[in-house]
Amino acid sequence: MSWISTISIWLIPLLIVFVLLYGTMKRVPTYETFVDGAKEGFGMAISIIPYLVGMLVAISVFRASGAMDAFINILKPALQAIGMPTEIVPLAFIRPISGTGALGMTSDLIATYGPDSFIGRLASTMQGSTDTTFYVLTVYFGAVGIRKMGDALKVGLLADLVGIIASIVVVTLVFGSM
Amino acid sequence: MVNIIWMLMLLIGIIFAAINGTMEAVNEAIFKGAQDAVTICIGLISILVFWLGLMRIAQASGLLEGLAKIMKPIATRLFPEVPSNHPAMGYILSNMTANLFGLGNAATPMGIKAMEQLKKLNGDKDTASRSMITLLAINTASITLIPTTVISIRMNYGSANPTEIVGTTLIATACSTLAAIMIDRFFYYRRVRKGREL
Repeated sequence: MSWISTISIWLIPLLIVFVLLYGTMKRVPTYETFVDGAKEGFGMAISIIPYLVGMLVAISVFRASGAMDAFINILKPALQAIGMPTEIVPLAFIRPISGTGALGMTSDLIATYGPDSFIGRLASTMQGSTDTTFYVLTVYFGAVGIRKMGDALKVGLLADLVGIIASIVVVTLVFGSM
Repeated sequence: MVNIIWMLMLLIGIIFAAINGTMEAVNEAIFKGAQDAVTICIGLISILVFWLGLMRIAQASGLLEGLAKIMKPIATRLFPEVPSNHPAMGYILSNMTANLFGLGNAATPMGIKAMEQLKKLNGDKDTASRSMITLLAINTASITLIPTTVISIRMNYGSANPTEIVGTTLIATACSTLAAIMIDRFFYYRRVRKGREL
């Protein structure tokens, strides 16, 4: 248990030490180089704003209107029929759309059903094995000004779907159902 | 596709609110959503500034090139259009490595730098290229070795064994990453067949 928190605490500082020592060894003027590269970050963050505002407004309107819940309720019976626990359905839907929303939902499911329940384990696995596709897409493409995303969204969402199905199958196989 | 999804989310949301009388919540959501977006971007400044600074040192000292060399066999297969000595490769690999270790904050700036280089390779067009889509697919599938956030939530709620989900997460994430790469290939060859690429 403790080794994991130790690793996560040590990893970043060690990485910094390594990069700095290696740079110094190669006679790179570290501080000047750092500042030079860092300057880019500011403009980059600002350039993402329009993309993210557009996306987040649409997502929060969709959620706040109640349309999303209605959508999930329509699909629930079908998903239940193929063996997906009802409690997990909203999380599966929110995960690709909103990172903070999914994190809140995962905490809520773990708090309600207990971390060591089937639902708790499933929520944990799902949260850990998928990512907020909409956010990643918006930030990565927004920062470099890509407007036509091609098949990127389709690929990302289908991969999420596989991740969700894989989570259910793996958790059921490893821990048994319910 | 993004245009349609974006429009549908807004339109359906507003029409649904009109029917169900949740317009007040929608009004609030419009401003809250915009505000959240700006807050996130401002928060990103600190992360981007720091990691891009550090990345520049790694690049200037040849560390990125070294990393690209080590991972060359995998990388050239995943990104066949990117020359293996191109700067994009170093950024792609550091992005993947950071993701692997769950360093989300460090992974984003590296991913953006990789995108920048890939855009240059693509002649500065505003359309996503094949390798850009592959990079995104790998990122959204997010191969993770240690899901630290989830473990800490489980600890908070008194799990008897907070880390027992590391194994299941690893298998699930491996499945989704593998699927992402395959789905990406599938769509690429479909584009080729339709004559929209090559």
